[in-house]
This record gives sequence, structure tokens and C-alpha cells, in this order.
Amino acid sequence: MKKNSLLSKLISAPHIVWAAIFIVVPLVMVVYYAFTDRNGDFTVENIKAMGYYTYVNVFLRSLWYGIIVTVICLVIAYPFAYVISNLAPKTQGTMVMLIMLPMWMSLLLRTYSIMALISDTGIINSFLEAVGIGRIKMINTPFAVILGMVYDFLPFMILPVYSAMTKMDVSLIETAYDLGANKRNVFLKVIIPLSRSGIVSGATMVFVPSVSTFFISQRLGGSKTALIGEIIESLFVKNNNPHLGSAISLVLMVLILICMFVMNRFGDEEEGAVMI
Amino acid sequence: MKKKTPLGIAYTALILILLYAPIIVMIIFSFNSSRSTSVMTGFSLKWYRDLLYDSEIIKALYHSLIIAFLSASISTVLGTMACVGIERMTKKSAKSLLMNVTNIPMMNPDIVTGISMLLLFTFSGLILKKSDVLGFWTLLITHITFNLPYVILSILPKLRQMDAYLSEAAYDLGCTPAKAFFKVVLPSIKTGIISGFLMAITLSIDDFVISYFVTGSSWQTLPVKIYSMTKRFDPTVYALSTTVFFAILILLILKNFFQSKSEKRSIRGEKTE
Repeated sequence: MKKNSLLSKLISAPHIVWAAIFIVVPLVMVVYYAFTDRNGDFTVENIKAMGYYTYVNVFLRSLWYGIIVTVICLVIAYPFAYVISNLAPKTQGTMVMLIMLPMWMSLLLRTYSIMALISDTGIINSFLEAVGIGRIKMINTPFAVILGMVYDFLPFMILPVYSAMTKMDVSLIETAYDLGANKRNVFLKVIIPLSRSGIVSGATMVFVPSVSTFFISQRLGGSKTALIGEIIESLFVKNNNPHLGSAISLVLMVLILICMFVMNRFGDEEEGAVMI
Repeated sequence: MKKKTPLGIAYTALILILLYAPIIVMIIFSFNSSRSTSVMTGFSLKWYRDLLYDSEIIKALYHSLIIAFLSASISTVLGTMACVGIERMTKKSAKSLLMNVTNIPMMNPDIVTGISMLLLFTFSGLILKKSDVLGFWTLLITHITFNLPYVILSILPKLRQMDAYLSEAAYDLGCTPAKAFFKVVLPSIKTGIISGFLMAITLSIDDFVISYFVTGSSWQTLPVKIYSMTKRFDPTVYALSTTVFFAILILLILKNFFQSKSEKRSIRGEKTE
């Protein structure tokens, strides 16, 4: 038996070594770069810079957009998932496929399709002009960025919410009706709590990429709506200042960890309450 | 509880239409004879011809496929081995520490994973005194790393479901640990391994953000190439999107077809038993 346990330690050794070198060390690097300057000396200047007006602004804007996008996705996805979870099983399969199809297309291509649709000479503006309303400035506005994010990340919300709804015990809903609950109460007190786990995982899957994206805001938002991802990208790729870039990444990582912790806590607690 | 309100159906249809409208517009205008994205001037396959003769895109596609296949294979082997080890770990704290570390690339925003890998590679480049470290190897290492948690998450549950006495029985009957693994454990976690591998392939082909930071000019994958193409307006991107769309559509239909076929077969098998 002892030989066996030694072997079992050896068999996961390659993975442990891999995880140490390529997961732990890179994160240590981020911390190291965040607290050093170009000469490799210790400094807190990079972290201090996070207090500057521009960075605080960009952080707040990114978080704000992330929250708006998550809420819009939830509001659109929830009734949608509810309707398809009540369809015949075969139609449900087709529906899930229809949702997954755009999801499997590259995010870049989907963003590009939105870009072409709402650009100044795009199909919507040409149509508006032909009708006589005149062109509306859509691209390079906050609206465009939020539209792009909602369009890109909506499937990430629909699928987890839908799968939580299919796992829901239908007899609980029937019981609630039998006990005299009206539609509104059944929805608020039975259906929403039972699908909470799906909501939490959908919200995480939409929120994290929305807060940290750089491609969508770069292509759809122009210079006025710079988000945190764009700043990190330009610091690493264009301005060649990995120290400041690392500091921003570190703050972003901590912020997202806090948000996820709060969200998961919220999900667990409610689930526990339902169990009781 | 089967409620089919007309309102619900209308709503579902509306969302689906909105979801597909940009894609359909793109498909239609990929056949346009001019560069316009608002007026159809005539039917032409010009942009598809351009796409086919664009050796850069074909090369990038080839790079993507190689990286996807290699990284998925290596991460599946590493992940399977890791799962067997994790499952047998006796110390609970060590087990949960390892699982948490493994899951970091899945939890972290892609951009942070990307720049952290970039820092590691440029730092090792400084130590090794090599200026062009970024390329095939850095891309492969990075893809293996972000595939691993997904592979492990799809194999571990299968391993837990497995009857622990099965491998003990194999030992009692005289199997060596290796033989017991290949004859008993592997067949019962096969479905997890296959789905983990497929997941890794799709993740790897699809990834842009992480690859963008660790790729050099010598080895660009398709998403990185597309990124540089979308800087200016270019109808060949439309043709490319349309091709990708139909490729995925066919794959999904095939997958559903085979799945329902095998499901039928398994139901039939249960009946004959």
C-alpha cells in the first residue's frame, strides 16, 4: 500500500510542477513587476498611480459597464431561458444549438459584425437616411460598447440560467400553486430562488469578461470610453511599461476576486436558505 | 406546467432574430460585388477568392489547428495523470490547494493570464539572453496551461463516480498498477477524457486574448490574425466569418446527429438487456 501511495504522488507530479511554473510563478511575476521600477528597484509608485484621477475613472467606468451589461443580459436571458425550458425536449435541443452557434464563432468576428452594422455608413444608418430620419451617431459611443458586450456575452448568461431551470423540480412549483400562491409569488419565491445558482454562474461568466475586455471597447468605443483592459493592453504592447501595467492588472484581479466572492457568497447563502 | 404562451414564443423569436441579424447581414454582404456594407451592388464570390488566395490566413489557420491539437493532447495526458493523483491524495488541505491553483487560469480574467505569462516569458528571455522568445513554444505552453483546469474538471467527476473496488479487484487478480489503470480505470473514465479533449480543442482554437500577448510575429494563430485584419474595414473578413459560421453549423449538426444516434443505440441496448 505504501508503494501505491508513492506512485500516486508521482503520477500527479508533472502537473504539480507545471502548475507551479506556469500558474504560480507568472502571478508572482505580476506582483514583482507591480512593485519595481525599470531598474528593478522596489517602489510603490505604480500602486500609488492607481489613485490618480484617470485610473480611478477608468476603473469605475469598467465596473459600471460590467454591472450594466450583466443586468441587461440577465433581464433579457431570464425570460428567454424560462420559455425554452418549458418547450418540448426536442425543440429545447434545437434552441440550445441555436444559442451555442453564435457563441462558437469567434468573439472578434461577432464584434466585427456589430461594428459593420452600426458604423456611420453601415446598414442601419443607410436605412435611416433612406427613410428620411437621417444618420445617428452610434459607433464610438458608450451605447455601442454596451451593445457589443451584451451581444457577445448574452449566450453566457442564457445557458447557465437555462440549465438551472431544467434541473428545477417542477412539483415544487405545482405545490406552490396548490397551496394558493399566485403567479407573482410563485415566480418571486419559488422559481427565482431555485434558479439562483444559474444566475450566479451566468453573472460571473458575463461580468468578468465585460470588465476586462479590450477588444470590444477598442473597436466600438473609440478613445472616450477607454476601459481597464485597453489600458493594460496599451501599457504592455504599445507603451512598453509592464510595471504600471502589472500594477493595474493586480488591482483588477483583486477587484474581480472580491466581486466573485461576494456573488458566490450571495448564491450559497440563498441556496442554503432554500434547503432549510 | 407546459405553458406555451404566444407572448413567450414571440419574445424568444425576437431575441433569436436579434442574435442572428448581424450574422445574416454579414453573410449577405460577403457575396457583395463592391466594398459597400449597406448597398448590394451585385452577386460575386470575389471576397471568397481573395480569402482562398490569402496565404497569411491559410497559414494562421494551420498554426491554430496545430497548437489546438498539440495543446489539447498534452493537457489531456497531463490532466488525466493529475486526476488519478488528486483522487488518491489523502491530505485534504493539499488536495484543495492544488485544485484551487489549477483553477486559477479559469477564474482569472483572460487578460491577466495573458500578461502574467508574457512577464514570465520576457523575464526568462532576459535571463537566457534571447530577444525573440515569443512564438510557437510560448503559445503551446500557454494553451496547455489554460486548457488544464477544463480537462481536469471534466475527468475528475468520472473518476469519483467510478467504483473504487474495481481497481482493487484488479490488483487482487494480479494486475500491476499500470495494467490496472489501462484495463480498468481508463475505460471507465473514457467519456470524461474525450469531452475534456474536445473542450480543450475548442478553447484553444477560440482563444484570442491570452494568445495575443504571448504570440510573436513568427507564429500567429487565426484569431490574432483576424484581430489585425479588423483594424480596417475589409470584406474578406465577412467571407471568413461566413465560412467559419457554416463550418460550425455543420459540425454542430453532425454532433447532434451522432449523439442522438448513440443515445438511441444505448436505449436499445438497455432494452435488449
